[in-house]
Amino acid sequence: MSTGAFLESDRPRSGLPTPDPRFAVVVFPGSNCDRDCLHVLRGVLGYRAEFVWHEEEDLEGFDAVVLPGGFSYGDYLRPGAVAATSPVVRAVRRFAEAGGLVVGICNGFQVLLEAGLLPGALVRNRGATFRCEWVHLRVERADTPFTALYAPGEVVRMPIAHGDGRYHAPPGMLEEVEQRGQVVFRYVGRDGRTTPDANPNGSLHHIAGLVNREGNVLGLMPHPERCSEPVLGGQDGRRLFESMDRWLRERARLAAGRTR
Amino acid sequence: MNKRVRVVVFLKPGVLDAQGQAVQTGLRALGLEASEVRVGKAFELTVPEDRWRERVRELCERFLTNPLIEDYEIYEREEVAAR
Repeated sequence: MSTGAFLESDRPRSGLPTPDPRFAVVVFPGSNCDRDCLHVLRGVLGYRAEFVWHEEEDLEGFDAVVLPGGFSYGDYLRPGAVAATSPVVRAVRRFAEAGGLVVGICNGFQVLLEAGLLPGALVRNRGATFRCEWVHLRVERADTPFTALYAPGEVVRMPIAHGDGRYHAPPGMLEEVEQRGQVVFRYVGRDGRTTPDANPNGSLHHIAGLVNREGNVLGLMPHPERCSEPVLGGQDGRRLFESMDRWLRERARLAAGRTR
Repeated sequence: MNKRVRVVVFLKPGVLDAQGQAVQTGLRALGLEASEVRVGKAFELTVPEDRWRERVRELCERFLTNPLIEDYEIYEREEVAAR
């Protein structure tokens, strides 16, 4: 399960210098955006990226982990609940504790919440409807490893596709998330305002994505991998992966400087 | 000895129950009178009788429910049968 290229252009590119960041794209039974993520990382951006099966217990050698969208384990019990018990998520927990970058997209976000790596929960959308559409998001934090290439307060466009994306946290926890500035993306209108009709699923405080306290684990419901090339009608998602790459390169450069 | 139990799970009062609302809408569309409809889920399982309630509580807290959003009730099989 280490290669599995989707398109010919997604095959690993040879001749890249070894310190290039290495991305893992986790594959659960029922993941369905894993190939899209690998396609963007490898085929569009030319990064080193590989699939990692859910039974894998070790993420040694990787610099970043992507938990992709889909319906892991059929969404049984609660979305992400069964995946949160898998060997690879135990490895992701250790990886995150060691400072590695982790991004969970859609079902991946649900997995991170169920695993307790991020605060809160995602419940059935308001109106109990599956929402598949483009939304506007306001970038609340442009100082994270995932958003450094966005401008603070910038309004971007990304697609969503989910039935269980309504962010919920008990009052005390929600307050803490806000006070610590953990909200990274909020659903807004085209004009950047959080009006009631600019909230596709009824998320509390219009929350679409947030980071952990340390800032190295991000979860978001929108799909940046579905808007990373012009042919898909938008490429606002691309900078999220580019931000990660840039941050990892900078970290490697600083680490190399320290050891010299 | 084993104990057969049923666990019933509902969203906490403060969490929007979108399914319950949808079901209520459906009932009303059929002209059937009902209010305060909530949708939950139920599990049946067998656990060792020794400290069974404690065991089931642990199952609920660690996996069967998400304590942030859900409450649960535990019933013994006899209670289940009596219903």
